[in-house]
Amino acid sequence: MSTYHFLVALAVLLFAIGLLGVMVRRNLLVVVMSLEIMVNAVVLSFVAAAAHTQTLHGAAMSFFIYVAVTCEIALAMALLVLLVRRRGSLDLAVEQELKG
Amino acid sequence: MTQAFVVFFGVLALGFAGLVLLLRQPMRAALALVAHMISLAAIYATLGVHVVALFQVLIYVGAVMVFMVYTIMLLDDRDASFKQPFSRLTLPAVVVAVALAVSLLGLLGGGPVEPPVPTAAAPADFGFMAFSLAFMKQYWFHFELATVLLLAGIVAAWTAIRESQDAA
Repeated sequence: MSTYHFLVALAVLLFAIGLLGVMVRRNLLVVVMSLEIMVNAVVLSFVAAAAHTQTLHGAAMSFFIYVAVTCEIALAMALLVLLVRRRGSLDLAVEQELKG
Repeated sequence: MTQAFVVFFGVLALGFAGLVLLLRQPMRAALALVAHMISLAAIYATLGVHVVALFQVLIYVGAVMVFMVYTIMLLDDRDASFKQPFSRLTLPAVVVAVALAVSLLGLLGGGPVEPPVPTAAAPADFGFMAFSLAFMKQYWFHFELATVLLLAGIVAAWTAIRESQDAA
């Protein structure tokens, strides 16, 4: 197995672990962490392609993904603080009455 | 030697990602996530993509995880999600995740997915200065758009914080 194939297989496994975390964990903060694992898997596949093709496109795409993730985390953490203050909990089971 | 390092750090990254999923306390999960990200940065550095390794450590481990740790400090350790961390739908979720992983790995191993063919005439330099120069020549417009996205993120986060202050 080449390094490229190993890295893509690793990215697939990391993506599946992150997806599993999003589906099974009840704590909203851990769900956000699982989303980060999924994003890391995507970045890993871009970097593997960049290193394999020896072009800058994959590395540049990683940079833009980092920018998007930073925005996402800043907003997600603000919303989590809002939820903690309003409901006193980050348990997703508490948020059953969301309507859309 | 490079392949051995990549495999070693890959196994570490996979193990720490699993710990994020399994650990009950969010602070321990956050520390496992930090270790996972550092393992990935080590893979990037081993591959010679130093600029992404640097972004990974500075932006992810340095900035994003600090946000998370601050938020964890606001949590009550008697939260119900600490005592019962997993959903009731764990079994179907495991089936879905395993099916996704098996199907994608099957595509990878079955032959239809070929690695991209190296297209560059000369190997790219992933050092910080060479990357910065090439980045500002080829991607300056995208970079400007990214700054608008960052501004929108800051305004949205500020609005949410104002809302939480009004609620308190």
